[in-house]
Amino acid sequence: MPKLSSARLTAQSHFRTLRLGTPFQPRIDALMKTNDWYDWGGYRAPASLWDEELEYFAIRSQAALFDISPMVKYRIEGPDGEDFLNRVTLRDVAKLKSGRVHYTAWCDDEGYVLDDGTLFRLAPDRFRLCCQERHLPWLLDSAIGFDVSVLEETEAVAGLALQGPTSVAVLREAGFAGVERLKVFDLAEFPHEGGRVTISRTGFTGDLGYELFAPAELALSLWDRLWKAGELRGIRAIGYTALNRARLEAGLIVANADFVTAEHAIRPDRVRMPDEIGLGFMVDLEKGHFNGRRAIAQARAKGSMRHVLVGLEIEGNIPAEHAIVYHKQKKEVGLVSAAIWSPMAKRNIALASLSRPYGDTITDDLWVEIYAMRELRYERLMKRARIVPRPFIKLDRRTASPPADF
Amino acid sequence: MKKWDAIVIGAGHNGLVNACYLQRAGLDVLVVEKNDWIGGAAVSRSLTPGFLYSNCSYVCSLFRPEIMRDLELPRFGLQVISYEGGAVFTRDGDYLANYRDHHAHRREFARFSARDAEAYDRYARDVTRQCRFIQPLLMRTAPDPTSFRPRDISELLYLGKKFAGLGAAEMADTLRFWTMSISDFLDEYFETDVIKANFALSGIIGTALGPMSPGTAYVLLHHYMGEVDGSVGAWGYARGGMGAVTKALADSFRASGGTIRTGAEVEQVLVRSGKARGLVLADGEEIYGNLVISNADVKRTFLKLVEEKELPEIFLRRVKNFKMRGSSGKVNIALDSLPEFPALPKDSPCYRGDMHFTDSVERMERGYDDWKAGRWSADPFLDMVIPTTLDPTMAPPGKHFMSCFVQYCPPKVEGRDWTDADRDAFGETVISQIADYSPGFRDRIVHMEVRTPRELEAEVGLTEGNIFQGELTFDQLLFNRPVPGYAQYRSPVDGLYMCGSSTHPGGGVMGAPGRNAAAEILRDLSRGTKHMSPAHDVI
Ligand SMILES: Cc1cc2nc3c(=O)[nH]c(=O)nc-3n(C[C@H](O)[C@H](O)[C@H](O)COP(=O)(O)OP(=O)(O)OC[C@H]3O[C@@H](n4cnc5c(N)ncnc54)[C@H](O)[C@@H]3O)c2cc1C
Repeated sequence: MPKLSSARLTAQSHFRTLRLGTPFQPRIDALMKTNDWYDWGGYRAPASLWDEELEYFAIRSQAALFDISPMVKYRIEGPDGEDFLNRVTLRDVAKLKSGRVHYTAWCDDEGYVLDDGTLFRLAPDRFRLCCQERHLPWLLDSAIGFDVSVLEETEAVAGLALQGPTSVAVLREAGFAGVERLKVFDLAEFPHEGGRVTISRTGFTGDLGYELFAPAELALSLWDRLWKAGELRGIRAIGYTALNRARLEAGLIVANADFVTAEHAIRPDRVRMPDEIGLGFMVDLEKGHFNGRRAIAQARAKGSMRHVLVGLEIEGNIPAEHAIVYHKQKKEVGLVSAAIWSPMAKRNIALASLSRPYGDTITDDLWVEIYAMRELRYERLMKRARIVPRPFIKLDRRTASPPADF
Repeated sequence: MKKWDAIVIGAGHNGLVNACYLQRAGLDVLVVEKNDWIGGAAVSRSLTPGFLYSNCSYVCSLFRPEIMRDLELPRFGLQVISYEGGAVFTRDGDYLANYRDHHAHRREFARFSARDAEAYDRYARDVTRQCRFIQPLLMRTAPDPTSFRPRDISELLYLGKKFAGLGAAEMADTLRFWTMSISDFLDEYFETDVIKANFALSGIIGTALGPMSPGTAYVLLHHYMGEVDGSVGAWGYARGGMGAVTKALADSFRASGGTIRTGAEVEQVLVRSGKARGLVLADGEEIYGNLVISNADVKRTFLKLVEEKELPEIFLRRVKNFKMRGSSGKVNIALDSLPEFPALPKDSPCYRGDMHFTDSVERMERGYDDWKAGRWSADPFLDMVIPTTLDPTMAPPGKHFMSCFVQYCPPKVEGRDWTDADRDAFGETVISQIADYSPGFRDRIVHMEVRTPRELEAEVGLTEGNIFQGELTFDQLLFNRPVPGYAQYRSPVDGLYMCGSSTHPGGGVMGAPGRNAAAEILRDLSRGTKHMSPAHDVI
C-alpha cells in the first residue's frame, strides 16, 4: 500500500462534494441563471446557463465559451511517446507533427473501440490525449516496454472551448498575438500570467473555434482575460445542450451516446469496431502493429462487421431522437442515437446505427418511426429517412486561413 | 387422525416460502419448527431489553423480489432499506471507503492508486456480465444432465444457449470465473492491497476457503447477484432485522390458512414402503402427511432424520461427503451509544454501511491458515454493520445494535468440542480488534451475544455451523447441489422433498430454493403454478 501521506488524508473529504466544481466554477456560477446542471464525469456542468436556444445562436453568430475541464486528459511523455501512441491508437502518429492535433480512436485487442478523442502533440516527445472515458490501466499496461510516462491530469489542467465566428477576434483582442496564424488542427503556446496557455484551432462545433488549456491555477485569470476581450464581440457562456446541437450539425459522435465503449458494454454484442461507427478512416494498417489491428484486418477481410453509423436526413421537422429505423416501413434495421432540427441546415437531421447490409449496400426505402409525446398522447409518425454524408453543414469560416473577424 | 397434505420440517425462510406457495396452491400445510421461535438463520430476537438483534444473517440483497410480491410480504410488514457503501480501515490510520456514487467511488480509490481508480469500470463490467449469466438460473430448477425428459433437455438447451450467447472470450472468462481464486481474479484488475482486500471479502464470506483458494471468485458472484429494488449488487437492511423476512412470511402463511407449530423438534421422518408418511417428534408424537419437505440441511435430513436403510448407498455416501464445514462466527452487540472510529470523519456515510479491518488479502489468507489448523483467526476478518443507523426499530434512540460477522471460526477447536471458555475467548478476539480502531468501545457495550459454529449448529441446526447449508463451490452448485442426481428437490424417498439452502441455488436469504421446490412439488401433484411469478427478465 502507498505510504500514508497528508495528501491522501486531505483527499478524504471529497465525499462531501459529489459533483466537483471545475477551476472555472466561480465564473460559471455567477452567470448561471437556469440552475440547469448535469453530471459530466463527476463535475457539476451546465446543461444551459440562460437560454439553450440563444446559447446555440451564440455559437453560430458570436463567440461561445464552454468549459471543457471535465474532459479526461492524459499527459504522455518520453522518447518513445510516438511509438507508444502508434501502438495504442489507430492513426499514424508519425504523421502528427509537433504543434498539431488529430482526432483519433483506440481499440482493445479484439478491435472494439475503447474511446475516441483528440491527440495533441505539444512537443516532439510530449502529448496530451483528451477523451470521454478513463483509460489509465489500459494506457499503462500498453506502455510496458516503452520509455514513456503516462499521467492522468484531468483535475490539474483546465480547458475552455471558445467557438464561433468572432472567436479569433476575441483571442486577438485578448492579446494572444499571432493566434490568427493557426490553421485548423494547429496548436501553439502563449504566455499568460507568468505561465502558459495552449491554444489549438479545434472544437466540437463545426465552426471557427479554439480550445484553450492552462494549469488549473491560471483558469480564472484566463476566463477573465477572454471575457473582457470579448465584451464587444458578443462573448457568451453556454451549456452542453447548445453545444450538442452544434456538434450534431457538424456530424460528430459522442462516446457512450452514439456508441458504447468496449469497457462499458455489459452486453457483449454492443461493442463496435471503428468501421462500424464511421471511424474506419482512422485505421492505418500500414503503420505497423497497434492494439486491435489483427482483429480489424480480419473482420474486414471476412466482411464480418455487422453495423454502420450513418447520417440521416428525415422528412418533416420533428426530431427523431432514439427512434427505430425501418426498411420498407416494416423491417427493423437500426436506431437513431441523436437527432435535432438543424437551424443552420433547416433540416431534420440524425445519427443512426444500422445493421448491415442496411446503410451499407441497401440504402433506399428507409423510415423512422417517431413517437412524439404531445399533451399526454403519443403522435406516431412514420417518416422517410435518407442517408446523407456528414457533416450536415459545412462552414467555410471553420477552415478559412487566416480566419475572418466574423 | 389428521393427515396433512404437506408437512414442512423447519421454519427457516426457505421452509416458509415453500409452505406459503403450497398453501396458496390449495394444500393444507403444517410447518414444524424445533425452536420456540421461527426464522432459522433469518431471525431477530430480543436478548436484552430494548434491543433487537439480527442474530444470524444481518443484511439483505439476495431475497428474490418475485417472491416478496407473490407472497405479499410488504403487506405483512417487510421493508428492505438500501444502505450506503462502507469502509475498510487501514493500519496506517486511514480507510478506504466504498461510495454508491460512481465518481466518489473513483476518487476514493484514486487516494490510493490513480490506476486502480480507473480499473473499476472494467472490473464492474466483467462481474456484471457474470451476474447476468447466473441470475436467470436462480429461479429455475437445475436440469438433470443424465435425464432425457423433455423438460431437462430443454433446460439444458437453455443453459447451453445462454452459455453460447456469451461469445468465445466470455465463455472462457466464465469458466475461469467459476474456478479461480478471488485473489487471482482481483490481481487481473487491481494493484493496491487494500483495494483488493475490499473486494476479496465477498469471495470468502461463509466459505471455508481462503482468498487464495480456487473457487472463491464464484462466491463473490453469489454475493453480487442480489438486488434491492432493481439496483443489482446493492445490499440493504431488513427493517426490524432479518427476522422481519421470516415474520412476514409466517404472517402471510397463516393469513392464507397455514399452520405453524414451534417447539416441535422432528426426530424422524416416517417412511413406509419407500414412501414418506409423516413425522415423529422428539416427544414421540406422530404427525401424518402425504408429503414431507425438509428445510433442514441435507446432512441433518438424511443422516439424522431418515433411517439409513431407506436410502441408496451411493446417495448416502455423497451426502456424507457433501462439504459444509463451518467457517464463521457471529458477535451481536448492544451499544449504549454510537461507537467512534477516529479514522473515519464523523459525517461519513460509512457508519451506515459495512466496515472491515482487514486491509490486505495476505492478512485474510493468514486468518484462514488459523482455521486450517483448527483455531479461530487470531486476526479475524470482520464484516461489521450498525443497522440502527438506518433502522429505528432495533434499539432505543441514540443506542445501537452492532452486528459482527466473523471469519474464520472452526467447527471444532483443534479437534475437540468448543467450550464456553473458548467461546468467550473468541468473543474477546473480536472485541479487541474493534477496540483497536475505536477507543472506548468496550465501555459502550450493554450486552453481547457470541456465536461460534457450535451455537449455530445447536440453535439453527446448521450442521457444522456452515451458514449456507453447504459450501458454494462449483462442485456443489447447479445440477450437483446437493448431490448429483438429486438437484431437483426430490429425494430417494417418495414424497420426501428438500427445500433448504443445501439445494440449488444455495445459501443466503434468497428464498429461491423454497420457491423452486414448491414448483417441483406442485408439478408432481399436477397442480397449477399460476400463483408463482416467473423470474424477472434480465434484459
Ligand atoms: C451467522 C450467519 C450470518 C449470515 N449472514 C447472512 C447475510 O447477512 N445475508 C444473507 O443473505 N445470508 C446470510 N446468511 C446465510 C443465510 O442466513 C442462510 O443461508 C439462510 O437463512 C438459510 O435459510 P434456510 O431456510 O435454507 O435454512 P435455515 O435457516 O437453516 O432453516 C432451517 C430451519 O429448520 C429448523 N430445523 C432443523 N432441524 C429441525 C428438526 N429436526 N425439527 C424441526 N426443525 C428443524 C431449524 O431450527 C431452522 O429454523 C448467514 C447465516 C449465518 C448462520
